[in-house]
Amino acid sequence: MRGWLKRGDLGFKLGTGAFAALVVLVVAGIGFELWRQSALSLEKFGLGFWLGDVWDPVSGEFGARPFIWGTLYSSVLALAVATPIALGIAIFLSELCPARLRMPLTFLTELLAAIPSIVYGLWGIFVLVPAVRQFELWLPASLKALPIFNGPPVGVGMLSAVLILAVMIIPFTSSVAREVLKAVPNAQREAAYALGATKWEAIRAALFYARTGIIGSIILGFGRALGETMAVTMVIGNNPQITLSLFKPQYTMPAVLANEFTEAADDLYLSALIEIGLVLFVITLIVNTASRLLIWSMNRPARAPRAVRVTQVAAPAGGAA
Amino acid sequence: MNHDALRRLKSTVVVWLCGLSVVVALVPLAFILFFVVSQGIQALNWDFFTKLPAPVGEPGGGFANAIVGTLMLVGIGAAFAVPVGVISGVYIAEFPATKLATMARFAADALNGVPSIVVGVFVYGIAVMPFKQFSAIAGGISLGVMMIPIVTRTTEELLKLVPPALREGALALGATRGWATLTVVLPAAAPGIITGVVLALARIAGETAPLLFTAFNNRFFSADPTQPISSLTVQVFTYAISPYEDWHRQAWAGALVLVSLVLFCSVLARVATRLLERLQTGH
Repeated sequence: MRGWLKRGDLGFKLGTGAFAALVVLVVAGIGFELWRQSALSLEKFGLGFWLGDVWDPVSGEFGARPFIWGTLYSSVLALAVATPIALGIAIFLSELCPARLRMPLTFLTELLAAIPSIVYGLWGIFVLVPAVRQFELWLPASLKALPIFNGPPVGVGMLSAVLILAVMIIPFTSSVAREVLKAVPNAQREAAYALGATKWEAIRAALFYARTGIIGSIILGFGRALGETMAVTMVIGNNPQITLSLFKPQYTMPAVLANEFTEAADDLYLSALIEIGLVLFVITLIVNTASRLLIWSMNRPARAPRAVRVTQVAAPAGGAA
Repeated sequence: MNHDALRRLKSTVVVWLCGLSVVVALVPLAFILFFVVSQGIQALNWDFFTKLPAPVGEPGGGFANAIVGTLMLVGIGAAFAVPVGVISGVYIAEFPATKLATMARFAADALNGVPSIVVGVFVYGIAVMPFKQFSAIAGGISLGVMMIPIVTRTTEELLKLVPPALREGALALGATRGWATLTVVLPAAAPGIITGVVLALARIAGETAPLLFTAFNNRFFSADPTQPISSLTVQVFTYAISPYEDWHRQAWAGALVLVSLVLFCSVLARVATRLLERLQTGH
């Protein structure tokens, strides 16, 4: 009987373990499959693929630098717009908000993450882009001489993409930052108040305590922005060029996959697109891992406050090491 | 004195700025919901739910095939993602100290962060290329891959919340570990897990990118899992970038259906969670 029970337990562990292993396999499988399918392009172009500026599948020229540029430029700008707002929301909801408003406001801000990307895109095409076009027409000529504002006032372009991306990543950053702030011990704030701190100074103490987790939440938003596909595809204009201009149409890595994948007529073209997918996969994997590690390190109890560590160091040799 | 006034002023300003940022984020939400509802409601009629798309350029027609397609794709995805997600979540929660659990937890988080379009490329390689055929099965697989990490992590989190006394009670009565989990711990966490699954379903129903080159699209009615199939999201995309005024109207109607679905599931999940909490704490 005991043997049977033990075998049953082993079966339970192995049976459920197989499914856990499957989850690991899926991630490894994605990496392997993308690498295998892009072998043709990897072999033929090597690093040159990422240095070339010309993307002309018809004549067989594949340079992917404009896509890297478009992806990084749009994501960095979106991050610059979204981060202050997202942190403001996190601070408001965790530190300042009246208890009665907290639940509904949290629900509403997180609803931004639940709206499908395609709906953002649709709204982008028919509402945001015309508004951006009006803004571009309105902008005085003296400002249009600046490199970031020059270009035709068409509405579709980097600016529309940045605005829509910013709105889309706000809920991710703000919800993680809020969780991180919630994990800050109240003693931190109370200590600050006891020293006569104002509200903001106390919040700053909490922010400082939570800094690694906060940085993690910002990087998480960055990872989301890098991989966002539909909404960006619909408003960025899809033109592979490297320019600082916010008004000019550009192109991103996910967007080129969405637009050209089903049109890829020959093996080399398809392989080149899959290589873009592979690099996107690797970049987002690194970014997300970095973000997770930072957020996890916050929750580890080993992170004792400085004051405690000082006493430990000062304790005589008899204490536990 | 002056210095203190400045500090207080700074504090007040920051507090207001934080409040303002909530408003700044809610403005686009209100704008989007307003346009989706006001534009969508105009095109939403009985035809939208019952008719097939009209031939190119002709007005009229509806999304019937796309609605059936989305239901099928989500069904196929959930059929394998829910078991894989729940069972892997059970393993991670039951044997958290093992190397495999750490790896699976990491993998689930990584998978959650993989851009949806990349999942599409992956599934194209394993389920479209070998058969030289876009299919509902391929589309369902990509949605399932998107769903697995959400279900895995939800299950793990909820199992950890079940009071250890419940499990210990079962073990004391002679149950094996697996039996105790299956008959005592999992049922205790089941309502929460179901809530999580509903939210995950709503999320994958709104995915477009992984379907573009797996399920592809189909202008006709199809319920054949080995053939390309239409979906609400891909259909909205196709119509949105088309030059036809009437298709734009229908795209808004499709968006309204999608948003209603998401909102309905979110509110349902929220109410269910609140009720559960009340039941468990006994207030």
